[in-house]
Amino acid sequence: MNIHTSVSASARKVPKAVNWNRLQDDKDLEIWNRLTVNFWLPEKVPLSNDIQSWATLHEDEQQLTIRVFTGLTLLDTIQNTVGAPTLMADALTPHEEAVLTNIAFMEAVHARSYSSVFSTLCRTADVDEAFRWSEENEFLQAKSRLILNEYDATSSPLKKKVASVFLESFLFYSGFYLPMHWSSRAKLTNTADLIRLIIRDEAVHGYYIGYKFQRMLETLPEAEQQEIKDFTFALMFDLYDIESKYTESLYDCVGLTEDVKHFLHYNANKALMNLGYEPLFPDSVCQVNPAIMAALSPNADENHDFFSGSGSSYVIGKAVATEDEDWDF
Amino acid sequence: MGQIVYFSSASGNTHRFIEKLGAPALRIPRNKSEALPRIGDPFVLIVPTYADGEGRGAVASQVIRFLNDAPTRSLLKGVIASGNRNFGAYFAYAGDVVSRKCGVPLLYRFELSGTDTDLFRVEHGMTELWKRQS
Repeated sequence: MNIHTSVSASARKVPKAVNWNRLQDDKDLEIWNRLTVNFWLPEKVPLSNDIQSWATLHEDEQQLTIRVFTGLTLLDTIQNTVGAPTLMADALTPHEEAVLTNIAFMEAVHARSYSSVFSTLCRTADVDEAFRWSEENEFLQAKSRLILNEYDATSSPLKKKVASVFLESFLFYSGFYLPMHWSSRAKLTNTADLIRLIIRDEAVHGYYIGYKFQRMLETLPEAEQQEIKDFTFALMFDLYDIESKYTESLYDCVGLTEDVKHFLHYNANKALMNLGYEPLFPDSVCQVNPAIMAALSPNADENHDFFSGSGSSYVIGKAVATEDEDWDF
Repeated sequence: MGQIVYFSSASGNTHRFIEKLGAPALRIPRNKSEALPRIGDPFVLIVPTYADGEGRGAVASQVIRFLNDAPTRSLLKGVIASGNRNFGAYFAYAGDVVSRKCGVPLLYRFELSGTDTDLFRVEHGMTELWKRQS
């Protein structure tokens, strides 16, 4: 029997089977392991414990929260269905493609999580109204459009990565602020636990895609590197402009806009650092409310350090699994 | 005057922090086949964090190899750790682990490649530290 099948010139090549025991880039396995160990589902978080707390929010605070979460859902949806898949075509290794499938799926989990919050806490009519709002909100639509334009510009793998890192390490944070704010006031604390799982995932995504960006960038001649850098900062300015207006439109009514903007600056700097660039915003405009920082990383500041002048002794840390078998002493 | 020893993975965040700091520093190699640096003077270690959601794997294996050498360890005066606050309670957790394992103070923590404030505090803090040591 003749097993040869005809192959037209345009047909895709049969890919090579992915061999995880032959790595071209150790980072791929490191991140694969990190992401798979960190896997979670919203069912793990007891959101129903927030029902009473939800009832203590004023109507406008509830509406703000639902709208913020709807905006986050939109970004996760874009990242799940367009962002991560579009990066796969540019992968430098087969393992990178596999990592990106994990990233894509977790973005679907994130998007799905907000609906878990909604079905647990909110009235269907209010949620439906917020989804309609998200389709019509000019700022939400504008930032989505800017990101999608880069994802669709297939000519530049680097620009796609910049857009992806900006979405995951910057654009989410006007939304993430609110559950951290509620949590700092002992409200919606289980919802905040869920959001922190999303925040943790986004850090790994931003780090990894930023790392791949740097690997690709360093292969370019200097002039092209400069062009990408100019593009990166220009896109940041454009997105920041929209984010500022989005933030004002959401948070002016609760008097939190200025505080949120500090949080935006702080995260914009971290997004740029993920790409290997210097921070853009000076520290003076990145003074995030300490209560928000504490909500972001609870207990992390129990052990004071010396150089901050915030403590006088070092504390022997809490007992947690370490890699004891690797240490000789 | 003591010295700085640091580790930075291929993503280079800690390396960029060290570059901005501008002080002489020895890098622990990423590659297991390369020789670990020989230390003859008191030093401060600057390391990034790789912890998972439960804090496991926080310290890079090359850093552990480096610290497994008792004469080297005896010269360690303190640890500075980097990380990302997005990891919640495990932000810069490598610093906690090294501090506990080696019985040295956690001197400072910063995020990613650090800000100007971080640079100022580390420069200032290191100067004070070595003054007290001498």
